[in-house]
Order: sequence, then structure tokens, then C-alpha cells
Amino acid sequence: MQRTIISATLASVISFGLTGIAAADIKIGATVSETGPASFLGDPEAKTLKLLVEQINAAGGVKGEKIKLFLYDDGGDPNKARTFATRLVEDDGVVAIIGGTTTGTSMAVMPVAEEARLPFISLAGAIEIIDPVRPNTFKTPHTDRMACEKIFDDMKKRGLTRIGMISGTDGFGASMRAQCLDVASKYGITIVAEETYGPKDADMTPQLTNIRSKSDVQAIINPGFGQGPAIVTRNYAQLGIALPLYQSHGVASNGFIELAGAKAAEGIRLPGTALLVGEMLPESDAQRLVVMAYKTSFEKATGTPVSTFGGYAHDAMRILVDALNRATSMKPAAVRDAIEKTSGLVGTTGTVTMSAKDHLGLDLGSFRMLEIRNGSWKLVN
Amino acid sequence: MPELMQFLLSGATVGAVYALVALGFTIVYNASNVVNFAQGEFVMLGGMITVFAFQAGLPLPLAVLIAILAAAVIGVGFNKLTIEVARGAPVVSLIIITVGASIFIQGVAQVVFDKQLHRFPSFSGDDPIRILGATILPQSLWVIVGAIVVFIGLWAFFTRTLVGRAVLATSNNRIAAQLVGINTTFIMAFSFGLSAAIGALAGVLITPITLTSYQVGISLALKGFAAAMLGGMGNPMGALVGGILLGLLESLTAGYISSQYKDAVAFIVILTVLFAFPQGLFGRSSMERV
Repeated sequence: MQRTIISATLASVISFGLTGIAAADIKIGATVSETGPASFLGDPEAKTLKLLVEQINAAGGVKGEKIKLFLYDDGGDPNKARTFATRLVEDDGVVAIIGGTTTGTSMAVMPVAEEARLPFISLAGAIEIIDPVRPNTFKTPHTDRMACEKIFDDMKKRGLTRIGMISGTDGFGASMRAQCLDVASKYGITIVAEETYGPKDADMTPQLTNIRSKSDVQAIINPGFGQGPAIVTRNYAQLGIALPLYQSHGVASNGFIELAGAKAAEGIRLPGTALLVGEMLPESDAQRLVVMAYKTSFEKATGTPVSTFGGYAHDAMRILVDALNRATSMKPAAVRDAIEKTSGLVGTTGTVTMSAKDHLGLDLGSFRMLEIRNGSWKLVN
Repeated sequence: MPELMQFLLSGATVGAVYALVALGFTIVYNASNVVNFAQGEFVMLGGMITVFAFQAGLPLPLAVLIAILAAAVIGVGFNKLTIEVARGAPVVSLIIITVGASIFIQGVAQVVFDKQLHRFPSFSGDDPIRILGATILPQSLWVIVGAIVVFIGLWAFFTRTLVGRAVLATSNNRIAAQLVGINTTFIMAFSFGLSAAIGALAGVLITPITLTSYQVGISLALKGFAAAMLGGMGNPMGALVGGILLGLLESLTAGYISSQYKDAVAFIVILTVLFAFPQGLFGRSSMERV
């Protein structure tokens, strides 16, 4: 099942020994938002990509060839992302592109990659990136639609069917809100109260007061990102609302508990990746080894805790390297075909099995429902 | 009734945040007629420096003091390196310079600090205070009291002290002020230092509520600017009333109409007020001496 870097290295050493051709670098391109409004996503992504390339090269590279990473910082600006994508294709001559930290930058890179028929692995959430499926575009994070489904599934198990929704008006919040509205009826969930807030708002007590005043609300869901969900959580505690509160995977990080405060965040549930609860996974869990290896090496190299977002970059690079090892040649078309045949690759977000119809390759099972207890994460079964 | 009370308390909290930022605009505007768009960055610096000093193990009051002093020094340096150099330039150019400086400060902050969101503990805990069925956090009271104290301080400064009057004189006519013996270079440096310190104080008080990161400055400056315009630019009373009014407008709209239209309604009211009173509610009409 699990393809490790060691086997890749072994394969590469053998092939190198057999052919003995002087190694030319494999060029991989990336454009992520290291600075700008999405920098808290893009920064760990950039660090992860650099770290993995270093590790892979130190272990002998891919098929005996070293990887050369062309990494650009688009600052979260779709125009810049497009320019860098063009540069990666035309000037740098890369074999594949990783990146697009946000949905906006990913959608800007996509047409460039599609036109050049270059495989492109996005690190952004929205379902639009892989639905409808485009031949050369792939992505690693779960979609916001899956987050809604995971949350609604958990609500149904707890018998909560009438809910209030408070969402951010930023891109992430608005997109997830639309997906949640769309799938709610499939799970027998009725949204009886709906409120929004601006991404920079300082107080959401009026909106929460309105949701609470609907007598039959049984739970609250908060699609959002950045500081909004932390403030919603603090206001929810301030108002003493007793209904179960669900946050999105957009805030699945230890930073969120810190910002909201452990007391206010007590009992909150959210769908997250295995990366957050690496130590808690049973030994038998396929993801445990991968997650712990990445966590340890990232934290050692950067001195900062791992985040889900760095994990997306980790998975993208591993999918690509796995495909490079299997590809019949180093031509973009061959690499694309190999990526599409990815099967049973264990990453931090889940076990990836792609097909011509599925360029994400994750199912709901790869999302873990987490609950915050005493300031740390607990797995909910 | 508890609903209305909650909306009012929320409005007062948010309004006091806006008012504190708006008050920071007053001094520099009064000294030079320049709207300092880098004011939001001083708010950010106040919060961020406190966060990092606190994380480094300093006690919170000391961290706060360091943040305010550091911001004041940066404010003076800001004046020295930008406004003073471009002294002869028209006011519009100076305003654009402040926009540029704010982008610069933001860029440096994301390198020196980091790109994450931060917060430090509230001064008096997080147990909500109940008033008529609604709740308010103790930190909100700190912000409200802070805004009122800064307002009284500024009002006394401009009307009761010689330096405060010298600031006003400098703005009215720099050459005339020099002729009567006012050191206008010092007044400008002093104004920037003081307004940076007030901005930093605002940042310190609001961070436990609003959280902080290197990029909070611009949006705070815009809201503070809107509040100051509504109340009347340059008038401390205007900044206070404008801020609270803006906060109440937002929370009442979110509560009774729709949270979708919160910002739109607030800005429609501001536009309407400015049509009727172009100088803002408490603004003085500008005078040209011949």
C-alpha cells in the first residue's frame, strides 16, 4: 500500500546504476502565497516544499535525478499567480506545477497549465477546481462540500436536524456556505436561521443572539476562516449559548484553540485531517507513520508546529514524486497519466486513489471528526 | 428587550474600538491637515509588539509599556524620514506618502514578527458581565473607558495646554506659528509620536477582542477614518461620537435588518450625514485667512 521514499530511492539507485547516464535535474514549479493575506497558508506550504525537496535529494532524488524546485511567491494575487505559471511553463521548463494556495490563484494557474498540458496540483479547497474534471488539474485538500457532509453526518448521528448557520463573507466562508446549503437536505438537515459577518469584524454577538432567539435551533455551524471563527467562538461563550457548535476544517489548527481560548472552545467539533491528532491515531492506522514522519521533520526544521495547510503541500509533492517514479518518461503527459493512476498513496489528508473521473481521490472517511477537550484535540468516532 | 440590550452592548464595544482608532487621527490632522493612513499600522504595532514581548516572558504591563514607547519612537522616526523630508509638498502628496509608509510598515512587520493571528489574555479575565439579560466582556469596558480617557486627555491637551495650542497654531499657519516662536519641527515630531502612542494604546486594548496580525492595520484605519469623518476630522469629540455611532449602526443593522447589509447601511448613513454636514457632525468649517 504505502510507497515510502526509501523504495523510491532504491528504485532510483538501481535505475541509475543500470543506465549510468549523467543526471539532469527534474524541474518542478510551484507558486504559493508566501506573503499577503493568505500567507498563513502559503508560508507553511513553501517551507514544506523546500523541506521535502531537500529530503528527497539527500536520499538520492527521483530515478537518480535531483529535483530542482522553482518556487515563486504570488502574494495571494491571481494575476501574479498567472504570470508565474506562465514563467514556469515558458522560461523554467518545469514538468509539473504545484500550488495555487487559494482558490483564486488556483483558478488563475489552471488555464495556463491546461493550455500547456502540464500537470497541476492545486492546494486550495473549492470544489470548482476538480469539478468538472479537467485533464491536467488535480488537488490535495478535501473540498468544502465534503466538510459540510462530514459535519451534517455527525449532526445526524447526534439527532440534530434544525440548525443555525453563521458564515464569513470571505471567499472560503461564502463557498462553503453555498455547499452546505446545497447538501443539507440530503442529510435531512434544515437551516432555520442564517447570518453572516465580515472577515474583519470584531463582534458577532448580534448575529448569534438572533440565531439563539429561534426557539427550535439545535446546533450552530460556522463556515469561516481566519479570525472570524475565533471571535464567533468567543462570542458564543460570552453569550453562554449551550447548543453544539461546529467549526470548519478552515480553522483546524492549534492556533485556533489558542486564539479562541481553551475554555470558550470546549466541546467544539470540526472535521480535520489526521495531521492534528497524529499521536492519537492507533498504531494500526495507515496514516500514522506518514503523519508522524512529516510532523517530526517539519517541526525540527522550522521550529513551528505543523499545520493542515503545509500537509496539503506535503501530499501534493508526494503524489508528484510517486507519479514521477512510475511515469514511463519525464514528459509532462506521461507524468499526468501517472498522477491519474495514483492508488493507495497515504498522505496527511488521507489515502489518495485517483481515477479519470476523480482528481482528488479522497473519501469522507479520510476526514476525522475532532472535538476540542481541555485545550487539545480528541478523536470522535 | 435582552436582544436590543445585546445589540447596544455589541455596538458600544465595536464603536469604542473604532473611536480609539479615530482619536489617533486627530493630533496629526490638527498639526498638519494630513490624514495619516499609517495610523492603523501603529494600532497593529501596539498589538503585535505587546504579543511578542509577552510571549518572550515579560509581564503584560511591561510589554504594554514597551509597545507604546516603541510605537512612539517609530512615529517620530516616521515623521523624520517621510513627512519632514517632503515638507513643502502639498497635503495630498503627504497623504499618499502615509499610504506608502503604511504598506512599508506592514511589509517589515510580516518579516520581523510573523504572518499568524495572535492574541494575549484579557486584562480582567473573560467572565462576561450581565446587564439586563445581555452580556459584555470586561475587556470591552477597558476599551470603552480607554476611549473616554483618551478623549478627555486630548480635549484637555488641545484647549488647556500651551503645546496643544501650538499644535493647532502650526496647522493654521506654519510660518505665522514660527514667527511667534513655535518650534514647528518639534511640534510635528511630537504630534506623530503622540498619535503613534495613542494608536499603540488602542492596539493594546483591542487585541484581546479583535485579535491581531501584521495586516489588521488597514481595515482598522479605514473604519477609524470613516468614524472620524462622520464625527468631524480633527475634533476629539467627533472621533468619539463618530466611532460609537458607527459601531451602533453596524450592530443594530446586523440585529434588526440583516447582517448582510451591515456595512452598506453604515456607509449610507455616513454619506447622508456628510451631504448634510460636509465637515462631519462636530467638524469646524475651514477658514481661509486673507
